Amino acid sequence: MLINCPYCGLRSLEEFTYGGDASLERPDLADEDMERWYTYVYLRDNPRGPHKEFWHHLYGCRQWLVATRDTLTHQVTSVVPARDVVKPADLPEVQSPAEARPKRVAGMKP
Amino acid sequence: MRYSVASVIREGLFGNKGWGRAWRDPEPKPAYDVIVVGGGGHGLSTAYYLAKEHGLTKVAVLEKGWLGGGNVGRNTTIIRSNYMMDGNTQFYELSLKLWEGLSHDINYNAMVSHRGVFNLAHTPSQYDAFAYRGNVMRSNGIDAEILTREEVRKELPYLDFSEKARFPVYGALVQRRGGTARHDAVAWGYARAADMRGVDIIQNCEVTGFIREGDRIVGVESTRGAIRAKKVAMAVAGHTSVLAEKAGLRLPIESHLLQAFVTESIKPLIDTVITFGAGHFYISQSDKGSLVFGGDLDGYNSYAQRGNLPIVEHVLTEGKALIPRLSRLRMLRHWAGVMDMSMDGSPIIDLTPMPGLYLNTGWCYGGFKAVPGSGFCFAHLIARDEPHPVAAKFRLDRFRTGRPIDEKGAGPVPGHH
Repeated sequence: MLINCPYCGLRSLEEFTYGGDASLERPDLADEDMERWYTYVYLRDNPRGPHKEFWHHLYGCRQWLVATRDTLTHQVTSVVPARDVVKPADLPEVQSPAEARPKRVAGMKP
Repeated sequence: MRYSVASVIREGLFGNKGWGRAWRDPEPKPAYDVIVVGGGGHGLSTAYYLAKEHGLTKVAVLEKGWLGGGNVGRNTTIIRSNYMMDGNTQFYELSLKLWEGLSHDINYNAMVSHRGVFNLAHTPSQYDAFAYRGNVMRSNGIDAEILTREEVRKELPYLDFSEKARFPVYGALVQRRGGTARHDAVAWGYARAADMRGVDIIQNCEVTGFIREGDRIVGVESTRGAIRAKKVAMAVAGHTSVLAEKAGLRLPIESHLLQAFVTESIKPLIDTVITFGAGHFYISQSDKGSLVFGGDLDGYNSYAQRGNLPIVEHVLTEGKALIPRLSRLRMLRHWAGVMDMSMDGSPIIDLTPMPGLYLNTGWCYGGFKAVPGSGFCFAHLIARDEPHPVAAKFRLDRFRTGRPIDEKGAGPVPGHH
């Protein structure tokens, strides 16, 4: 399986790590609705066909990418930088200098 | 026809012409009491125990391919009950007890072999963790032994005990009652035993949708027509999400690939099951002499029943690190099964929000050893509409209520279990 990294070009699967389903929308961090968090953390569409997913080019440029891949044929049809498809609203608001840690992106592993 | 010593001798004397087929090939009837979707190990054992334990014989098993073509024919045939979490411990022990009497129960030689399962430890902390696990097992009445490095060396001298070993063996947790069973025989044996009790086993019959009345599921649409049933039970490992979606269910499941490998046949070498605790590798020897082994998941969602090469290399590297002489062997085949990985690594046997629809899923890559126990508990759930006490923790809503059974402590990341 090859993944076409927008920064590095066509690279082998071995250079990447999988980051999970990229179609999930994380609830607002202040959201106290447990049903929405349950849905986000646990429930998956798990399609047999095109699937939008995060890949980390760990042994390459170390960028997070969003790939559309067919789960039946393993064909990757599109790869874009994750920062281009994640909505700014998904990024947590920094409250104070003490919390000014690097921003995390929705659905992405730290 | 019941199999016996007398029948084997009689058929041997008369040219083996009298053997009938092992199960019938019936046309689907218009309606049943229970339809089990999925003719793998779990579906067939469910049908068998529905008939045997609960007297339900108007039962059909619908299989989209042929018996033994799915995960029941794609595993590494290991049986064991070395679990530690409450719920898993008792369930897998029930399953192992059923394995012990299985061949007599179904009148079919499932070739159950209690050759022992060794979990190797490579650090003192791993050894302590295994001792803890062994104690939990023993306090639940399950056999477990902890062995030192020298004791392991005596029993498994072909492991790498040299100075050069990348991960020196520190000790092992052993379950002597664990072992292997013949995977095809399990499918065929359960199919035949269920068939003898009146269950219709229908192959080449793919379920394409559900029939509803109000919010109730009252049957299925299939490639061989509509079939009605009072209860529809899903046991379709790997493809549970695909089928559940047709019923409008969204599940805590991702489908991942697990590859398995077989070498050319050699003389008896490995007379047990060995798991390599430093990585993720497990190996045993089949009765034909091939070494059968497997390792990690491919790690990303997939429904392709074939794997990717990086994992092949990874698994072979681990095997070589553990047993150096493996490098002289030729690998004959490798294949992949599609696993429905649950979000906590433990199974789900439960009712669903749809009345009339029952769910058996999330076996991750531990489904084979669970075949008898899963069928036993699932049949209980279907027949009585309440969970079997031993499987009572395998509820669908355990994620919502904060009661996951996370044996490995990996969190809600299916690829890590």
